[in-house]
Amino acid sequence: MTDVASPERLLFASTAQAFLEKEASLSQVRELHAAGRSFEPDWWRRAAELGWASLLVPEELGGGSVSGDGVADLALIAEQIGRTVAPGPLHPVSTVLAGLVDADDVERHSDTIEALVSGELVASWAVYEPGQAWSPLQPSVTATPTANGFRIDGVKDRIEAGPESDVYLVVAKSDGALRQFLVPADAHGVSVEPQQSIDLVKRYAKVTFDGVDVDESAAVGTAAQTEALIARQSQVAQVLQCAEVVGILDTVMDFTVQWGFDRHSFGRPLASYQALKHQFADMKIWLEACRATTRAAVADVSARASSAEMSVSVAKSYVGEHAAPMLQRCVQLHGGIGVTWEHDLHMYLRRTTLYRSMFGTPEEHNLRVYSLTKELESAS
Amino acid sequence: MTETRSVRAESVQADTGESIAEFVRRARVWLADNMPPIDPTNLPDVDRGKEAPWLRAKELQKKLFEGGFAGICFPREYGGLGLPYAYQKAFDNETRNYEMPIILNTPTFTICAATLLDTGTEEQKQQRIRAVLSGDEILVQLLSEPSGGSDLAGVITRADRKGDKWIINGAKTWSTSAFAADYGLLLARTDWNVPKHEGLTMFLVPINSPGITMRRIKQVDGGEEFCEEFFDGLELGDDAVVGEVNGGWAVASRQLYHERRAVGGGSEFASGIGAEGKSEQPIGYPALLAAAGQPDNERLQEIAGRALVHRAVKDQLIDHVYHAVLDGSLPPAGGSIIRIFHAETVQCEMDSALAIAGTGGVVDDGSDLSRFGDRFLSRQAASLGGGTNEIAKNIIGERILGFPREYAADRGVPFNQVKRGRT
Repeated sequence: MTDVASPERLLFASTAQAFLEKEASLSQVRELHAAGRSFEPDWWRRAAELGWASLLVPEELGGGSVSGDGVADLALIAEQIGRTVAPGPLHPVSTVLAGLVDADDVERHSDTIEALVSGELVASWAVYEPGQAWSPLQPSVTATPTANGFRIDGVKDRIEAGPESDVYLVVAKSDGALRQFLVPADAHGVSVEPQQSIDLVKRYAKVTFDGVDVDESAAVGTAAQTEALIARQSQVAQVLQCAEVVGILDTVMDFTVQWGFDRHSFGRPLASYQALKHQFADMKIWLEACRATTRAAVADVSARASSAEMSVSVAKSYVGEHAAPMLQRCVQLHGGIGVTWEHDLHMYLRRTTLYRSMFGTPEEHNLRVYSLTKELESAS
Repeated sequence: MTETRSVRAESVQADTGESIAEFVRRARVWLADNMPPIDPTNLPDVDRGKEAPWLRAKELQKKLFEGGFAGICFPREYGGLGLPYAYQKAFDNETRNYEMPIILNTPTFTICAATLLDTGTEEQKQQRIRAVLSGDEILVQLLSEPSGGSDLAGVITRADRKGDKWIINGAKTWSTSAFAADYGLLLARTDWNVPKHEGLTMFLVPINSPGITMRRIKQVDGGEEFCEEFFDGLELGDDAVVGEVNGGWAVASRQLYHERRAVGGGSEFASGIGAEGKSEQPIGYPALLAAAGQPDNERLQEIAGRALVHRAVKDQLIDHVYHAVLDGSLPPAGGSIIRIFHAETVQCEMDSALAIAGTGGVVDDGSDLSRFGDRFLSRQAASLGGGTNEIAKNIIGERILGFPREYAADRGVPFNQVKRGRT
């Protein structure tokens, strides 16, 4: 995460930071929102030129990372994005790439991978289904085998950047087996209905697949490996959320601490009141704990450790439980200005609240941690 | 200072040239041949309030010392191995299934010996550190007083100069297992005419000296680990002074620093991992749900999962803060972060266990769940010991975030003019 060891990594981080400050500032995010836009495709292509979409992709497929640890580099970008709650499809594109590059049939998706890496193409993971909680392994969307491939039927929703995506990676059941398919957004039978989110610029979509015919080559990975691919994609999506939230919390903590020094009442700075000082201390503890657990999860996902699923759920639960309350406490410490549209706090609160609930709530991850613990105990 | 020494230790290989992997292999064989095996899920009961566990711990420590596995991060000249923290952690991992003298870790190794290493005379280091590493002695802190705990610099135990001796009068309390100890680090006032921090001196006191009377404190859970000591004309020589005369606050500050790290679980001077005994053992939630007759209750599973998350984050935070203090991204006061997180994790675990245990936690129905009710009663001990959570939050606010210090009526005032409560 923020421990930027090598000069190359330092340069990568500072380039990303400079780009975001200039091209994705808080006021630019407000302008996008006012114009009813999520992100500019050209903006994303320029971000991709900086290498943001290549980090999970091996060099032979046109990717590469500065440090050789693509997951950590990607988490670094996500953390930087959090500082200005920047727009863009970093999470959905990275999640789809995580699945594609691990698939046994990766060669036949090399064009898609190349287009994603260059930023020409935007893809998103179609995994949620209407009315259902986070349950990636239980799709009701079907892929019926046809003469040349498959026919996809059913509905997905809460697809991040859904209205802006060119292609969806759809989780479906095919002959009782769990599979994933790349389905172009402009394929016959696909209809896209935008869904607003609590965030200013993150948009989602409900996508209906009505007898959509895809070629056999649209399948990603074998049936046998699909569950593992979905696990990896989930981990990447979840750990990126945690990393972005760490960037948010660090930024918000900094300016709220500064506010504590600057704002005076009764002739004293706010920071001199013990009741408030203790609240700041709590926030410092939560921030460092969020940083620690995210860093551990990033390391495990990067190393493909057997403990990765556990440490990602631990991080997602802890960060999810503490980040939004920490933002609310910052609102309280700011006083009335904190609940105005004019102040930037709500922009951070919105993104944090969005991520609390997506890809598993803290409560759902607590249950996962319990069942993983139980499995580990009965195995030992 | 410990930080600089550890930085150096992290960056170099062991002088011996032995890699961590080789060290671990050697340790594994030695442990199997020499240390008593235990079942880590069913630990023997260790009551710090009884004599026997201390005698047992000394015996085990003696074995470690003779086997060349004691004081892994202590310097070689004082009987340790002078190896980096990574060796200690790797060793700890190997000890999981063996009986270890865990109760010697705090305060003997992690606080008292660590402080002597920072501030003691060459003679004190040679004698005491070697003696504790070899399992011959146990150390204790004599800091808190009946008149107050949080305001440590306001101690009123006095050390008066009489000829070439120091005469100690006063009382100390909350000293952990002092009954089993051989030496204590005692903070006393040697100058009453200067502000409180400037008139203190630290002494290394032989516990079995004439002039010391000891009394046990009985706690809510029935334990009698803590003691109260009364000093009535105890005589000490100049060789008992640790650090400078009237420089005792600097020594006490090192103790507090080491204590905060140790209480949170982030000290390289601790050896062995896991609980001290059955009553300290981490709660096994699946077994707890089963014992409560609710193995499939999703509401209780969620509560248990949340407690497991907090426990896991505690370990990750210890590692993160340890390295952040080393690389300077957090000041040494960062130890207060893990100290509070530890206390809050204990609260979370005790609350979760009580919720899951249901009535079995409060009425002994034969399910063996009433111990979770008992543990709940002592829940706040972790938020009080080693400095209260509130003091630790002041430290985070003032020394990490740089906020203005709390108003103190005694700042800069000669101690003999400071108002004191009736004790």
